[in-house]
Amino acid sequence: MSQQEKKIDDQDYLLAKLNDSSLKAGIKDAFPIILGYLPIGLAYGMLAVNKGLTPLQTTAMSLFVFAGSSQLVAIEMIAAGAAVAAIVAMTFLVNLRHLLLSASLSLHLRNLPFYYYPFLGFLVTDESFAVSMSKLESQKNKQRYFVGLGFTAYLGWVFSSAAGAFLTEFINFGSGGALDFVLPAMFVVLLVMQISSSSEIIVAVFSGLLSLFFALVIDGSWNIILATVLAAFLGVYISGNS
Amino acid sequence: MVIVTFLPRVLPLSILGNKELPERVVLWLSFIPAAVLSALLAPSILLKNGSIYLSLDNTALIAFFPTLFVAYRTKNIFYTVSGGLIFYFILMLIF
Repeated sequence: MSQQEKKIDDQDYLLAKLNDSSLKAGIKDAFPIILGYLPIGLAYGMLAVNKGLTPLQTTAMSLFVFAGSSQLVAIEMIAAGAAVAAIVAMTFLVNLRHLLLSASLSLHLRNLPFYYYPFLGFLVTDESFAVSMSKLESQKNKQRYFVGLGFTAYLGWVFSSAAGAFLTEFINFGSGGALDFVLPAMFVVLLVMQISSSSEIIVAVFSGLLSLFFALVIDGSWNIILATVLAAFLGVYISGNS
Repeated sequence: MVIVTFLPRVLPLSILGNKELPERVVLWLSFIPAAVLSALLAPSILLKNGSIYLSLDNTALIAFFPTLFVAYRTKNIFYTVSGGLIFYFILMLIF
């Protein structure tokens, strides 16, 4: 192959990468997630600065930890003077549900080189998981879709918490108002898109009730993981009997 | 915090991604999305400050019903989220 031909070949390859429809679809699907992250990120950023973290520390936590509820809990604990070990343990518990999400995603993101998984895994959140589970089936390049989706959402989270942290001195955002409803509304539609059988409806209703029950009787975020595990077992049980 | 948020996300993908899984495990995992979404959703519209919040003042709960309808009819994230925001906003003005 001549030098000229090789150059054209490289260009085609690059163009193909840039025009990759899976990556683009992922980026596009991240926008509702970012809209939902915006009020939470702003709230987290403002809260963290009010509790004594610097704006830079606040942003760094979003950059490295990337876990909304854990970060909010950690801020409360830091402000209350909790031990580092206690904060780390709490964070671990709050994020344990990602074990389930990650395991469930592994059904779709299969047989990739091992070095892909740390990157893909870091981008697993409730939101990126939920959106990708309803869209991955139709994607040609599943891992690229997931990277487009997850990384765009990640940038949205870091940006909105940085905005909250750095702007808190100048602007008082107050409560999120209607924006508080973005994530619940997204969970509603993703749930509807997920459901394709009556056993899934039973599992969903049961899981919601269990989650409420556990939230009322156990402190911490145990309700989500406990309800999910038990409801999924119920699903297996129902499927086995029909 | 970095480590304990990173490991639960990465390990299952890395370990299970290249393995054949038993049928029952696959079946169990297939129920996780519906279960986890519902487990996240229910407290977000039915709980406030640690107790059940059943009231006409609970804007999120009232807005849930028309939002569910839009979700069911359109199966589209954008329409549902924008519709939900509009319902929520109108309800905030009424109540």
